[in-house]
Amino acid sequence: MISDPRPLSPHLQIYRWQLTSVLSILHRATGIALSVGAILLVCWIGAAADGPEPFAAFQHFMASWLGLLLLFGWSVALFYHLCNGIRHLWWDTGRGLELKSVYATGWTVVAATGVLTVVAWIAGLSQWGH
Amino acid sequence: MAVTRASMRSPLGRVFGLGSAKEGVEHWWKQRITAIALVPLVLWFVIAVIGLVGADRTALVAWMHNPMSAVFMILLIVASFWHAALGLQVVIEDYIHGEAMRLTVLIVMRLLCVLFVVRGILAVLKLALAG
Repeated sequence: MISDPRPLSPHLQIYRWQLTSVLSILHRATGIALSVGAILLVCWIGAAADGPEPFAAFQHFMASWLGLLLLFGWSVALFYHLCNGIRHLWWDTGRGLELKSVYATGWTVVAATGVLTVVAWIAGLSQWGH
Repeated sequence: MAVTRASMRSPLGRVFGLGSAKEGVEHWWKQRITAIALVPLVLWFVIAVIGLVGADRTALVAWMHNPMSAVFMILLIVASFWHAALGLQVVIEDYIHGEAMRLTVLIVMRLLCVLFVVRGILAVLKLALAG
């Protein structure tokens, strides 16, 4: 078969970004990130089960800048994947698939992710002082 | 038997409804079931963790001594890794094209998920039962 060397769609260098595809890519990316987050969760509970020293070492790491950055990234990914996952479940019922509502729920997911992340960190940091 | 459209599928195959991949909606369905389970579990976990910020190990052990906490924690670990294994499987199948490499990565990913689930469950049980 002789193929014409025309650029295939989507030609990523010139393809215009849009909310729908960005959120779709983000759902997959945050899913991969959360798989790493799940390992972190097991490390945390595992360190606690192993005894006071391993737990202290884990807590020391999580309180470092790298640990806090990991935790922040994890929380954003978690809230985004949770909200967009609920959006997917809603689509699975056959509802909300018109372009207008896809954009409306998309922006709702972005806003909800921001609100949940901020609320969780304010609650967490105020708890830290106690 | 009234077959209105020409189909290459045998009547038995149509009843099984498993399609050409011989898997049917199994993967899709399990991903949805674990997703639905994870919605309340994740919300419970986030609220619980915020309550534990800055707490020492004693507080964590006391929290795991609560039977509901231990049960939810085990469910969270199982549902998370099950959901992750299904999702990562699709990612691997999409992006790794070599047959041998794809199969190797799939198997390693699956086994690692099992490893972390077992490690997690044992840790929760140890904290819940002994501390």
